[in-house]
Amino acid sequence: MKVSELVKELNLVVFSGENHLNREISGGYVSDLLSDVMGNAREGNVWITLQTHRNVVAIASLKELACILLVSSLVPEQSALDHSNQEGIPVLGTSLSTFEIAGLLYQKIKIAR
Amino acid sequence: MIELKFNIEGGDFDSAGTASSETKKKLQQLNVDSKVIKRTVVALYEGEVNIAAHAYRGVVTVKVSDHQILAILKDEGPGIADISRAMMVGFSTASPKVREMGFGAGMGLPNMKKNADDLQIESTPGVGTTVTMSFVF
Ligand SMILES: Nc1ncnc2c1ncn2[C@@H]1O[C@H](COP(=O)(O)OP(=O)(O)OP(=O)(O)O)[C@@H](O)[C@H]1O
Ligand SMILES: [Mg+2]
Repeated sequence: MKVSELVKELNLVVFSGENHLNREISGGYVSDLLSDVMGNAREGNVWITLQTHRNVVAIASLKELACILLVSSLVPEQSALDHSNQEGIPVLGTSLSTFEIAGLLYQKIKIAR
Repeated sequence: MIELKFNIEGGDFDSAGTASSETKKKLQQLNVDSKVIKRTVVALYEGEVNIAAHAYRGVVTVKVSDHQILAILKDEGPGIADISRAMMVGFSTASPKVREMGFGAGMGLPNMKKNADDLQIESTPGVGTTVTMSFVF
């Protein structure tokens, strides 16, 4: 499944990186601890988090994650937005909680396989 | 041999990731194996963030030769009193502000250990720390 399909199916907000939604999703990773993501997330993962600052984009780019998905109606900081457009990493958002969106993402990915 | 150098200021989290990002681009240009690039980038990122989070200032030097990447991260800072303790997953002295950003899980040094082929830490409390990592390919 591509990021663009996920956006449609889960009705996600696209804050940035509109031109980079054609990445293929390999799975998901849920964490707000940056070193945990650095160590354990996999290329192509959707990263579900409540961290909204620039370093999240730096990490997602270094790890070649598919996108960042902010929960609970959180909004990215301006510097994160700027950086995500430079790096081509989409920052998405949802009003749902981490628990709810992780459950939905898991189902979608499972069905797509 | 190619050499890259980056200056890092303590507390400057906006620039954190620059050294690893630039190094990644360079290694890709040099057609280094992507698995090696991944390992290098993870370890280097943790190292540069540790300078920003725990030290006053530092210099990151990356040397790429035919079959090895050598990364030397030398900082002026408080140093590490007990290195084996610092290496333990979960040990962190990060400030509340740094933790709020999601740093401070105490996983950085373990990530470096896991991803580098060799990791050496020399530290003098009150003076600074030098971390040397190598990656072979
Ligand atoms: N360059 C350094 N100068 C001084 N102390 C350091 C340095 N690097 C690491 N330390 C010490 O070692 C501890 C563990 O480092 P480590 O990178 O594993 O975790 P952390 O930086 O606290 O959190 P995380 O890396 O998970 O965000 C730090 O909290 C700090 O006390
Ligand atoms: Mg660290």
